[in-house]
Amino acid sequence: MTAPSITVSETPLVLYTLRRADDALILGHRLSEWCGHAPMLEEDMALSNMALDLIGQARELYGYAAKVEGRDNDEDNFAYLRDVRQYRNLLLVERPNGDFAHTMVRQLFYAAFADLYWRGMMGSTDATLAAIAAKSEKECAYHLRHASEWVIRLGDGTDESHARAQGAVDDLWAYTGEMFSVDEAERGLIDAGIAIDPTMLLPEWLSIVSHVAREATLVLPENDWMQQGGRDGRHSEHLGHLLSELQHMQRSFPGATW
Amino acid sequence: MATPNTPLWEVFIRSRNGLAHKHCGSLHAPDATMALQAARDLYTRRGEGLSIWVVPSSAITASDPADKGMMFEPAESKIYRHPTFYEVPEEVGHM
Repeated sequence: MTAPSITVSETPLVLYTLRRADDALILGHRLSEWCGHAPMLEEDMALSNMALDLIGQARELYGYAAKVEGRDNDEDNFAYLRDVRQYRNLLLVERPNGDFAHTMVRQLFYAAFADLYWRGMMGSTDATLAAIAAKSEKECAYHLRHASEWVIRLGDGTDESHARAQGAVDDLWAYTGEMFSVDEAERGLIDAGIAIDPTMLLPEWLSIVSHVAREATLVLPENDWMQQGGRDGRHSEHLGHLLSELQHMQRSFPGATW
Repeated sequence: MATPNTPLWEVFIRSRNGLAHKHCGSLHAPDATMALQAARDLYTRRGEGLSIWVVPSSAITASDPADKGMMFEPAESKIYRHPTFYEVPEEVGHM
């Protein structure tokens, strides 16, 4: 017996909320993959803490999406019973962990965005989203600080750590543009004051990331060709593997609890 | 998991305003900034703290356990140093 995927009525607000929830869940899951494998015990705890912050954000957002959708779906259904094409997360957050430098650069790119984004969303006309934003902003501010300190030390460390950190920046750069993209569904929410316009955050994000890169003696790539697709459910092959692990239990034993 | 060759730090947490920082453990970190972050992640996960100090373990000068007798036993026979032999006058009220 296996559990089939659910269907979701993706009104603009449901779609919007699922996109943010999926970002948090998938990045949280990626960080949780480090549990027991981090380069040192202290960092093992730090990565698990950040994973839990993100999974907590995902839960609140899924809960709100379920309420807005107003059907039978709940937070568990959204997480465990949607297939790859129904996931709406950024391609950046599903990138494999790679080495520690890859994970930290990915975290820097996302946290620098998420911190600004949630800070802006604290002024949303939607009271629930504004409250979720206030909690998430503090968490992401710490993630940004933690990732920045590590990227500075890796970039400005040994030849080996510098090469790995620069490699991570080069590999992940093309996945940063999607954070600032806006489609029609989201434009309506921005006009209504429910969402903020992420394109407005790009200059400040660039300034934060450039500052860290400068201190880390890393060079940000010049290319401005950016990968897109995650927001519409067009994902890399990596997300399917991630979901097979994340969803296996509920798919094979529907409704299992312990 | 290999223990890296990084310095050891002692962690002190203050739980509420007005209370002193208390030693709560130690950790490994490459420098003071990272030690502070690791302390936050290791020792304040359940809302334990409002302030953190980290101190290089190498900066601590400790008494020698072998000197225990000389250092601490002389105080044990001086019970008159405890303020339990004095009558507090009524007028003083609650102390």
